[in-house]
Amino acid sequence: MEDILKTYLNKMARNGLINDGSALLGLADATLDWSRPDDPACKKFAPLFDHLNINALIFAKPAEPYWTIINYLARTSVGPITPNDCETRTFLHDLPVAGNLSTEALIPILQHRKSAIVKNHGIVTYGTVSLEQPFVTFSSVCFACFVKFFSDLLHDAKSGHLDADKQNIFESVTAMLPSPIKKNPPALSNGPFTRESNVLNAICQTGKQVVDLELVDSSFGNISYCANDILYISQTGSFLDDLKGYIDPVPLDGSSCAGMTASSELSAHMAIIEQTGCRAILHGHPKFSVILSMDCDVECCEHRGNCHKNCPYDRDVCAIPIVSGEVGTGPYGLCRTVPKALHDRPGVIVYGHGVFTVDDTDFNRALHKLIDIEQQCRIEYFKKFLKG
Amino acid sequence: MFGWHGKILRIDLNRKSFQIDTPAPELFHKFIGGRGLAGHFLKDCITLSYDDPKMPVLFFTGPLVNTPSPTSGRMTIMSKSPLTGTIGDSSVGGSFGTMLKKAGLDGIIITGCSDHLCGIEIFDDKINIVSARELAGQTVSGLNRILKDKGATAVIGPAAENNVRFSSIVIDDHYAAGRMGLGLNLASKNIKYITVKGSGKTLVADPAGLKTAGEDIFRLVSASPALMGDYGISKFGTGALYDLMDARHMMPTHNFRKTRFDHASLMNAPAFHQRYAPTNTGCRGCHIRCKKIAEDGRPLPEFESMSHFSALIGNQDMDTVMTANHFCNDYGVDTITAAATIACYFELTGKHPATENVIALLSDIVFQRGIGEQLGKGSAQFAENFGFPQSSMSVKRLELPAYDPRGAYGMAMAYSVSSRGGCHLRAYPVSHEILRKPVPTDRFTFAGKARIIKLQEDVNAVADSLTACKFIFFAATLEEYAKVYSAVTSLNISGQELMKIGERICYQERIMNAQNGFTAKDDDLPPRFFKESKNSDDEKAPKPINRKDFLKARDAYYVVRGLNENGMPTREKAEELGLLAS
Ligand code: SF4
Ligand SMILES: [Zn+2]
Repeated sequence: MEDILKTYLNKMARNGLINDGSALLGLADATLDWSRPDDPACKKFAPLFDHLNINALIFAKPAEPYWTIINYLARTSVGPITPNDCETRTFLHDLPVAGNLSTEALIPILQHRKSAIVKNHGIVTYGTVSLEQPFVTFSSVCFACFVKFFSDLLHDAKSGHLDADKQNIFESVTAMLPSPIKKNPPALSNGPFTRESNVLNAICQTGKQVVDLELVDSSFGNISYCANDILYISQTGSFLDDLKGYIDPVPLDGSSCAGMTASSELSAHMAIIEQTGCRAILHGHPKFSVILSMDCDVECCEHRGNCHKNCPYDRDVCAIPIVSGEVGTGPYGLCRTVPKALHDRPGVIVYGHGVFTVDDTDFNRALHKLIDIEQQCRIEYFKKFLKG
Repeated sequence: MFGWHGKILRIDLNRKSFQIDTPAPELFHKFIGGRGLAGHFLKDCITLSYDDPKMPVLFFTGPLVNTPSPTSGRMTIMSKSPLTGTIGDSSVGGSFGTMLKKAGLDGIIITGCSDHLCGIEIFDDKINIVSARELAGQTVSGLNRILKDKGATAVIGPAAENNVRFSSIVIDDHYAAGRMGLGLNLASKNIKYITVKGSGKTLVADPAGLKTAGEDIFRLVSASPALMGDYGISKFGTGALYDLMDARHMMPTHNFRKTRFDHASLMNAPAFHQRYAPTNTGCRGCHIRCKKIAEDGRPLPEFESMSHFSALIGNQDMDTVMTANHFCNDYGVDTITAAATIACYFELTGKHPATENVIALLSDIVFQRGIGEQLGKGSAQFAENFGFPQSSMSVKRLELPAYDPRGAYGMAMAYSVSSRGGCHLRAYPVSHEILRKPVPTDRFTFAGKARIIKLQEDVNAVADSLTACKFIFFAATLEEYAKVYSAVTSLNISGQELMKIGERICYQERIMNAQNGFTAKDDDLPPRFFKESKNSDDEKAPKPINRKDFLKARDAYYVVRGLNENGMPTREKAEELGLLAS
């Protein structure tokens, strides 16, 4: 169990979610093990394992700028925090806030939701299968709050509701933002690839690069490459920086169901390959692209509230198209909108969700385009903010 | 009440009498419905023989059935298993559960024994027991043609009438309550069929809340590759799993002597689809619609049947799989036990599909001719008679389904501790060990698995009691279903509280098995899985399971489940869960 606890501590640190050593992880089988058994907080949290039917728990104060953002939202929100991004909408629903760390405060919340944000203390998340659940939930809460914070403040700036308190917090958060990503990251392998081993290596290399560059967190994206009429695609629930052994070969002729464990965006990837003829597809959730995709200037739109499903307008930011579409294959599935938008363009943003970029040789240009889109969105965000 | 009708129909075949029970709402709150509530009504009779007239056969639905709740068109059939002697239940689809609710009932309890073969016909509040003498020996499809205007049907085929221990009850012609031999329970009461047709509604407390909660689930379902993906079960049926089992080297082959079948890639779900061009159908009210019916009207086999009628028995012919599956369905036997018993027979006699006609063997089983008479008792009895009990690949005398436990240790645990014997559905670790949902777990370790298995057993006990389909839990969780349950019933309850009810339901089953003498020695796998295989020529074949690790994990399970070191329930835990006699 000790090894497992360590693995997840490292994962959290690597994704910039916590400062080293600041998290408490608990994992129970017949007995309950903690990442820091001597921490007095263990005593506080142990009863949660008795009262809730869980086997894994994470408590941590997230790294900056997440913590300032989350604590601000917790302080100012009336009731649960309700981000609008796709991750929250689909998996978390909303983010309840607890006033303190007592079991009395936490249990009623955790009985209903996967996480609790505790004012002035941090985030508690749990799992019923493995530590991976609280880890992914923790990461999603950080992402969702980041997106909500910047979306809300942009909205306030534009509508003239930016008071001094908000202005201050905005400034302190932006001062803590990581510096923009280098335009020219180390080159990736050159394609086109025909041998399976080269395809797999290129996918792993790209996934790792995307996370190392801090472009997206490791659980927020998927990658595919098509060679010899087989689409090689990262598996559902895999981590971009750890894809070795987690790539499914999916024959384009449909002769095997091995793609059953492929990423939930498989149908979008398939449709892109079919409709655009490209080979390499990169998908991730970079934050400013997501934030700007939700900043819409259409006034009194009758479709508001359904923007993620079926926005009828041709929207774009910095000439990058924004389309609507939900995860997967539903009637509003993004597999119906993304391929069309990629026809003669290398990248597209999905409303409140993330970015797809493509190339017909290898991942170099797809990665550059992803960086580029996020960069442009970040610059554009601050322009819009200042303009108010 | 919202969700429930609060009405349970008792039929006593000895007296040919009916009675409507109206238990206090608290009983429904305590056990929900379906498997939970049926278990409550079974427990006082569980030490009787399966064919004792006092032994009830129970048909129970849950509060979500006949409402717009996602995948709620299911129900539980339960009695004591003639095959295993454990509690015997099966969650089954089709429209029977929905019709029962429309007829104003939450469940039916049948006791007694008719003096001649009979049918029970329910039409709203009218109940008729009619003679079915002239229907003796009818097949499932033949019977369904005759009953076609009578609503939902639950019927047995000739196998049950002929005393086959693993005979099934088939709902609406295609949906089998296959496992445990429940068909024989009906036959022992001389019931050939039950039909039900109703016209009433089930009240929902908060329709708007239900709509929102349902949408949250539909969104998750859409995002689930295993359910709605291009290769998921909506498109290909459960047969979609076939390629994954092949790729993971855990397809039980030649009675679990190998884990890879050379012909697998030619007999997968896409191959079946190409050859039989099926259309989609599904349980009442379900939008996943995982059931596939071929152009000629025969159902495509579910994954387990597909795998066992090919790899397990060493058959390379797709049409034999189709025909065997259809035969089992039409004559009313469980496909998994039938195939596994034949595989055991092949192993012990050295025979194989090239020398033996599989369909003829099945027919011998159904009509109890020749070797069929022995095979009709299941593989455990057959292997014992043969002097090689270890060749029965079963747990608690229930034959194992199509996942080799050497390739997934959670599955190894799940099989061994399941309250109905060798079954994958109680804890369904396929979800995380194979399909990576809600998150993947390492399939080659026991670390942490004891608690995972216990928790997932609790979750699935709730699913079987609501009653909802287990497949949807590849995508949704009880967090979302609690909102559905609350909106339907007006009880404001959380997913975590539902799990506590699930724990109660599982513990109740454990108590029943203990009363019939089941102990830790029965919570075990066939010895084959712990021994080096001499037969394997596949270098990627999974290694034998380390027995020490297995026993350690099982001990951990007993701790987490609140059992003593011999796997027996304790008074304290039973009291904590509100299960002491009241
Ligand atoms: S998924 Fe299949 S088994 Fe489940 S309710 Fe739907 S049709 Fe029935
Ligand atoms: Zn995405």
